[in-house]
Amino acid sequence: MATSLHSALQNLRDTKVWKSIFRRGPANTNRTRSLAVFGNLFLHWLPVKVREKSLRVRASYYLGSISFILFIVLFVTGILLMFYYHPAAPQAYRDMKDLQFVVSNGVFLRNLHRLAAHLMVFAVFWHMFHVFYRGGYKPPHEFNWVIGVVLLLVTLFLSYTGYLLPWDQLAFWAVTVGTNIISAMPVVGNKIRFLLLGGNIVGENALLRFYVLHIVILPLVASLLIGIHFWRVQKDGGLTVKPKEDDGKE
Amino acid sequence: MSDPKHLPAPDPPRAAPAGDAMTRRDFLNQLTLGSLGIAGLGSVAVTYQFFSPNVLFEPSPTFRAGNPDLYPVHSVTFLQEQLVYIVRMPEGFYAVSAVCTHLGCITQWKPDADMIACPCHGSKFKVDGTKIEGPAPRPLPHFAISLTADGELLVDKLQEIRPAQVLKV
Repeated sequence: MATSLHSALQNLRDTKVWKSIFRRGPANTNRTRSLAVFGNLFLHWLPVKVREKSLRVRASYYLGSISFILFIVLFVTGILLMFYYHPAAPQAYRDMKDLQFVVSNGVFLRNLHRLAAHLMVFAVFWHMFHVFYRGGYKPPHEFNWVIGVVLLLVTLFLSYTGYLLPWDQLAFWAVTVGTNIISAMPVVGNKIRFLLLGGNIVGENALLRFYVLHIVILPLVASLLIGIHFWRVQKDGGLTVKPKEDDGKE
Repeated sequence: MSDPKHLPAPDPPRAAPAGDAMTRRDFLNQLTLGSLGIAGLGSVAVTYQFFSPNVLFEPSPTFRAGNPDLYPVHSVTFLQEQLVYIVRMPEGFYAVSAVCTHLGCITQWKPDADMIACPCHGSKFKVDGTKIEGPAPRPLPHFAISLTADGELLVDKLQEIRPAQVLKV
């Protein structure tokens, strides 16, 4: 069985279609493995080789990877929720209630999206503290640290814009309070609040603006910054490893 | 054709212009960057205008509050649509904002305790808007109140007035 599967795979690799897609032989030497990573759009920003000690749990607790996986979960569940959600008052609240009580598996998807969002804020914060206490902001990682801080802010803003979308009392008052905090900013505060809400009160315009920010603008910004963040981890020479953990093992 | 003897002679290397004279490349670069900058500023301005709505579907800040006889003396009436308290005291009428000056929650008139309280963070005000305790940074503002020609109360929320001004009817 295993040999027939193996030979079937081998036959597949010999087809013209496979070769036109991958344009390389089997990755069985260090050189061909490297080429496999370089030549793949989805892998090329990852390092070809990592140090063994940077893969240990204590080196990172995999917090960045966990944040990224949560982002992917939010991306997928968010797109699915969009099939049942209208960003309009009062339909938004009814759609949210429909997702909870009427749509098959709607409550599962909604809770997955909601809980993953809570967890992502937690994971990104923990990631930041962990990197900070390990000195991960020091040269040559300064630029990637700044990208990470911006990503934390984007995460919080994604969380905040998503908070309004259920259009319930909690959402309404949270956004009323939050945008009043913005208007406490000197000089430009009231103007920014007006632009963010599309008016003076939290109404239909505000719901639509928060929706567009939540589903288009902020995810685009986050995806771009995540790409740069990963790529820079590789370019800056991998994770920060404490000298005392540097026991010669590579 | 491929005889090298018939190729045109290559251009002599262009002499670097003396001193600060601008090369053609510098000039075109600056021209391009300048026009891109102007276009960029213009698109920022146009986008800003686009994002500022010209028509708002919100309650009008100036509104009629009905006949003064609707309000008994020593009464506080909360207008839910407008988020304003119409207060009638023996000395006259005044209109106090019902929006907390802390973070914009809607306050509530508590007749038993004789004060206005905010449910969000516990600010307390007297009925004339004076702050009893925080976290609200300012007292509740008073809005201009007047009588229309046909004898109805008219409140203008765009115009804040000093608390001492009362409308005598």
